[in-house]
Formats: sequence, structure tokens, C-alpha cells
Amino acid sequence: MTDTAFYSTETAWCPGCGNFDIVQTLTNVLGDLQLSPNQVLLVGGIGQAAKLNQYVNANGFSGLHGRALPASVAAKMVNQALTVIVDTGDGDSYGEGGNHFLHNIRRNVDITHFAHDNQIYGLTKGQTSPTSDPCGVSPSGACNLSKPFKPLLVALAAGATFVARTFSGNKEHMAKIMKAAILHKGYALVDILQPCISFNKVNTFAYYKEHTYELEAAYDAGNLETALLRSMEYGPKIPLGIFYQVEMPTYHQQRPAIYDGTPMIDKKASVAQLEALLGQFA
Amino acid sequence: MNLCIGGAAGDGIETMAGILEKILQRSGFYLFSMRDFMSRIRGGHNFAQIRFSPDPVGAHADSLDILIAYDMRTYTEHQRRLKPDGLLLCDPELGISDSRMLPIPLKSLAKESGNARTIGVICIGALMKLLGLPLTTAESVLREMLSPKLLDVNLVAVRKGFDSTVQKQQLPSPKADGRLLVTGAETMALGALAGGLQFYSAYPMSPSTTLLTFFATHAEKCSLVVEQAEDEIAAINMALGASYAGAQAMVGTSGGGFSLMVEGLGFAGIAELPVVIADIQRPGPATGLPTRTEQSDLLFTCFASQGEFPRMVIAVRDAADAFYQTARALQLAKKYQIPVLVLSDQYLADSAVTIAPLDILKAAQSVSPLPPQADATGVYQRYALTESGVSPMRIPGKSDALVRIDSDEHGEGGTITEDAQVRIQMVDKRARKLEGLTNELLEPAYTGAAEPQMLLVGFGSTSAAIAEAVTLLNNRGCSIGALAFGDLYPLPQKQLTRYWKHAKAVYSVEQNATAQLAKLIRMEANLNCTDSLLKYNGRQMSVDDILTGLEAFGIGKEVPV
Repeated sequence: MTDTAFYSTETAWCPGCGNFDIVQTLTNVLGDLQLSPNQVLLVGGIGQAAKLNQYVNANGFSGLHGRALPASVAAKMVNQALTVIVDTGDGDSYGEGGNHFLHNIRRNVDITHFAHDNQIYGLTKGQTSPTSDPCGVSPSGACNLSKPFKPLLVALAAGATFVARTFSGNKEHMAKIMKAAILHKGYALVDILQPCISFNKVNTFAYYKEHTYELEAAYDAGNLETALLRSMEYGPKIPLGIFYQVEMPTYHQQRPAIYDGTPMIDKKASVAQLEALLGQFA
Repeated sequence: MNLCIGGAAGDGIETMAGILEKILQRSGFYLFSMRDFMSRIRGGHNFAQIRFSPDPVGAHADSLDILIAYDMRTYTEHQRRLKPDGLLLCDPELGISDSRMLPIPLKSLAKESGNARTIGVICIGALMKLLGLPLTTAESVLREMLSPKLLDVNLVAVRKGFDSTVQKQQLPSPKADGRLLVTGAETMALGALAGGLQFYSAYPMSPSTTLLTFFATHAEKCSLVVEQAEDEIAAINMALGASYAGAQAMVGTSGGGFSLMVEGLGFAGIAELPVVIADIQRPGPATGLPTRTEQSDLLFTCFASQGEFPRMVIAVRDAADAFYQTARALQLAKKYQIPVLVLSDQYLADSAVTIAPLDILKAAQSVSPLPPQADATGVYQRYALTESGVSPMRIPGKSDALVRIDSDEHGEGGTITEDAQVRIQMVDKRARKLEGLTNELLEPAYTGAAEPQMLLVGFGSTSAAIAEAVTLLNNRGCSIGALAFGDLYPLPQKQLTRYWKHAKAVYSVEQNATAQLAKLIRMEANLNCTDSLLKYNGRQMSVDDILTGLEAFGIGKEVPV
């Protein structure tokens, strides 16, 4: 079943790509949340995952490689009425965009970041990604001789208020996590494990199916220390779920004098205010 | 009258100069005050130089009437510039032997006042007496500028300074009339606000940081979003995200930061996102001379980025020009949906100058809006092909229209395409915006003889000094003129061809080593300058520099005074 308001058709993805499950689940979630397409802004950088916004019937911003986050947070800063969602890949999010990843977590702007993590560079045909497995564990052309990047651990250390992982092959789980992430007030990171059927022959659909499991029902997502420990668990067993979620003042809430509820695009300095400012230099 | 105050970083030169500027402003003088600071927090050698007159002054000059030396280094560095009848004000403890010296025991007077850091205010008191200015003007400015905690001790100190010497001159007392005392950075920021600025992002970098601090200070009152980005790449991508969402956006940086923004510049070009980029130039390449001045980013800003797209480059020429041109830049960026680059430099941004009142409404309406475009029928297309090249712009969320932009080549709807025909249509559509833009160009300002035999061309912050040199030379019997460019790219050419016709020789006068303006003129107008007068030691070209430099070309030398 596909939500008709958001769904659009033609894509540049390989048949069987995990992105299909992600876009279908996302359009359904947006429909469930009763958002209308003109209230939603989907942002991507560059890469196969980043093209997602082009296949959804909503506002779309296809930016530069690695730079989806700065553009997204600024759009939200000037118009908080928009629901801003970033869909982009692991290379875009954690490699080229690494500095923006760190610092936008700290800003806690109320946006959602879906990082499609297939542990490989797909569009450039199979190079190592920051999240590729270590060569010792799964030797392949695209394994990591450097330490693999741990996005969840890094996000928690940087002060993220919502950190989760899901798997594109588990659509029910993915929908639940996506919905919680979009509803979360503040920056929400969801690392979405996703097979790349063309270039990653190790981390396949079957691989993720076998190695992933859901965090236990009794898991306390409000405990940072537990979240830090569990986010380091990545190997034979890969936990899925919301690792950490906490309510903290968002970027807008921390600046009540400026963000009084009226979107900033509807305001600017008046002539009287500017005259007063000029008066200070007399 | 030209006055220089020098000492080490941390001596309070900046504070003292700020107070003195306000006093002179209140006394009715026009002033031009420049700073020469090293990239350090303590030590070294810093100086401020204040030129003031009952008539407007637009640039600094070299020869000094008064030198206030806090230390020996100030004396050794600047005493050559002090006129034979000039006045050297310093503490006798420095052990300087110079007939121009007026010794005042600054240190002991400061101690008597109760605070060793009042030396600057003692100097101000002494100056008031020496120049025949009323002490009350100084006292009222101190009351205005100092915190109550520091006020009493400074009032004692200024009186001690006043009583420490005798009157040497009686300066005229001109009438002030609503003039402003502003730096080029302040007027640029004020102009941006007058032009409708709603979003500003930047990463701190000298000499552009004053813009960021100004905007941050006034953000709340001016309904402005100001964000200090994690780097310049983030700064420009934030501005583009804000611009897409419907805010008028600007970034400010210097050459090094602009280097990081270049990919974003091209993105603004292909995605047709309005943005203003202020480059407050300093000498490069790489880190270069962080706190000094140069005009060497001209060609870089004209041609930065891979690919081809319309852009505009404007150099601001003085503080008032920075106000009006920055406001205009925001409006042009919005009208043509292009990046507009505004060039300033350390000298202009940091120098304080007295100017006539600024007209906010004039600045806010300096560009006529495009005629309204009929709403597209059917589905909204962000990049609809139009005759002017400008497509109707919608704000996401403000209507049913879905707004889609792309850094890839795209079709009218804003989704990625590799279609050969669409590629040509889109390149041509973007290029068509230049036709409208060319009609908006402002010709360079001209100073000098009606049909000059010699023509000077310059741009940006050297304009006032060039104009002053031209006036001096014409008074000596030369036939000379100067064109001062503000709009640079696309290059306005009407005045250029008009004056070039009469001129036997044309010299470019530039604050760089490779004559970039001369190259731009050759490239765009197919005209070759005879030679160029260039300065690139990081210090601003003065009127004296220009006169001396032109003399080497045989201009103004043999002409009787």
C-alpha cells in the first residue's frame, strides 16, 4: 500500500535497491502523519540515496555533496512551519559532511536526518565508505583499513537528542522509527542499514537479516550511559531501535527573543528600527 | 590636521582612538580614522591615525601634525612622517631627544589619577588644551562611553591632562549637522539591513568579523537570523538553504573563507538562489597578512567556480557607498536570482569616517522590481523558461506550489536531467539574465578635467585618494581625470570608452601586484592601459603614494605649481 499524495514514480536506482523500501515507507509515514506535501521539505546532498527527494511529491532541495545539513537547518531556522527531513547517504552524511554532522547535532535544530547507510560508495561504483566494515572482519575491495566510523556513538557524544538505527528490510520497524524521529522535537538521527545490491556483496539483505536484532522491550532509551554502551555494539549482532531520546530545548526554543512563533521569512527590520540604529552613530 | 597614536597591542590604542574620534565628531569636524593593527593580542606595534578637518576627508594622509607615542617604537617608526613644525606628545621617561617634543609625565599623572590605564585619557585632555577645544566636550563623551565604574577616575585624568600644558592653537569650531561617524563595515551591515536582509551566516575571519559581531548584536531588534557556522562551507550552504526557504540571505568573509565558499557560489548560480557574498579583502594567498589590506581578489571573485553562470561583482568605494551598494546588491540578487559579490577591504571596513546622513528609503528602493509575472498554469515549475531568464519564485509552504531546486542540471521542474536539449535551454536561460542585469549597471564615478589627457582607472577603497590626487594635479596645471569603478563585473563601459578617446595615456591604480583591473578592462573592453601604479605591501595607498607614483611616470613633475 502506497500513500498517493507523496508517491512519485521514476527513479535512477538499481532494481532491488534498499532505497525503494525506504522511499515507500517514508511516503507512507508522511501520509500517516497527515502532513500535506507543501509543508514538507525533503533535502539531499549528492549520491544515490540523496536523490530520494526527487522521487517524492513534496518540496525538494538537492544540494551539494555533504552539505545537506547546513541548508536544512537554515531552511528550518527561517521557517519553522516546514517539516524538514534529510535523506542522504553514509558518504554524504559522515564523510564529506562530517563537520556539519558534528556541529548540527550540537545546534539541535528540529529536523530529521535519515542516513541511508549501505557501507559503500554506490554512485561512484564501490569505494570504501566511513562505515564500511574493517578489513579484518570482512575482506572485500571496499573494507576499512582505517577505523570504521560509528555514527550512533559519535552522535551521542556530540549531544544528539534522538539516536536510532533501523534496517530497510524491516519495513514495519523502519516505519515506527521514522515516525518517532519526525515527531521528535530537535535533531533526530536515524542510521538506516540498507543493502547495496550492485557494489556491496558482503553486507547484503540476508546479512542484515541475520545479524540485526531489535533492542529489548525493557531497554531504557532515556539513559545516556547505556545508550553509549549499546551504540558500540556492532559486529556479529547489530541492535536496531531508538538508542536514546531526550527532550532538550531546540535551537528555536533557546532563542525565544528572536523566534516568537512568527516565521522569520515574514519579518524584517522596519524603517523606524533602522533609523534608531543609525541614530547610534550620530 | 593629521594625528597618529601608537603603542603596543593591549595599550588601549583602540579605546583611546574611539573616544577621540567621538570628541572630534562632536566638535563638528569631519574625520577619517584608520587602524593599523598586528594580528596579535599583546605587544607588537599598533597605531591609529586620525585626519580631521572642517571640510570632508575621504582618505588618510602620510605627513603628521601630531604624533602621540606610548613607546619608543612608535617614535622610531613614525617620527620621519612628523612635520618639522609638528608636535610629538610623549612621556619624558622614554628618553627621546627631539625638538618637536612636548614632554608630559603621562605615567605619573596616570598614577596620580588613580589608574595606570588612564594614559590615553590624559593625552586626550592635553590635546583639548593644545588645540583650544573645550574640556566639557571631552567630559560629556567620556560620560557617554565609559561605564560608571571607570568614569570618575577618567574624569580626574582628563582634567589632569588638560591642566598639564598650554594652548598652542585655536582650531575653528565648525557646525555639525546630523552627520554620522561610521566604519565601512558598519555601513555595509546597515545597508544590508536596509536592503531587506533576513539571514546572515559567517565563520569568524579578519577583517570580516566586525560584520558578524554587528549583526549578532542587533539581531533581535532587526528580526535577523544570525548564525556562526562551523566553517565557511557551512556558512554559504546555510545562506542558500535560507534563501531557498524565502529569506534574503548574505554571508561575509575574507579571501580564504571565500575560497571555501566557491562550490556554494556555483550552486547558487545553477540553482538560481539569490545570495550576497561580502568579501572583505586582505592580502593573500592562503593566510597572507590577516589584519592588513589589499585589492587582490578582484579577478578571483569575477571568475571563481567551475562552469558558467551569471553573477555580479561590485566593489564599494567608501563608507556611504558601502551602505547603498550593499542594499542594492541584496535587491539585485533577489531580482535576478543570482549570487552578487560585494568587495570591500580591511582599510575601508575598519576605517571610521564622518559622512552625511544615510537615506534608508533610497537604499531600500535602489532597484526597480521585475514586472509581475503571470502565474504559471498547471503545475508550478521553479525553472520555467522565460524571456528574461528569470523564473517565478515561490516560497515553499506559502502556497500549494511545490518548490524543487537542484545543484545538478535540471529541467523546468527542478529534477535532474542529462537531456542535451534541456541542458542548452537551461544554460541559455540563465545567461539571458545578464541582459537585464547589464541595463542595471552603474557607470564608474568620474573626477577631473572634461577632456583629460591622462586617465587613471581604479576601484573600491582607493577611489577617494585617487580623486584627491587628481584634484591636486589639476590645480597644478595637469589635464588628468580618474574613473572609480564600483560595478566591476559585468564591466560598465560607456564612461570608459568616452574618456579613453581623449587620453594620451591611461594608468590603472591598484592595491595589488598584478594589475587586475587593467586585465579585466583588457579582457572585457579590449583596451590596454599604458602602465599601472601598484601597491601590495599590505598598507593602503595614500594620496602621497599616488602623487609619487605618478611622478615616476612623468606626471605632475615638470608642471609649475
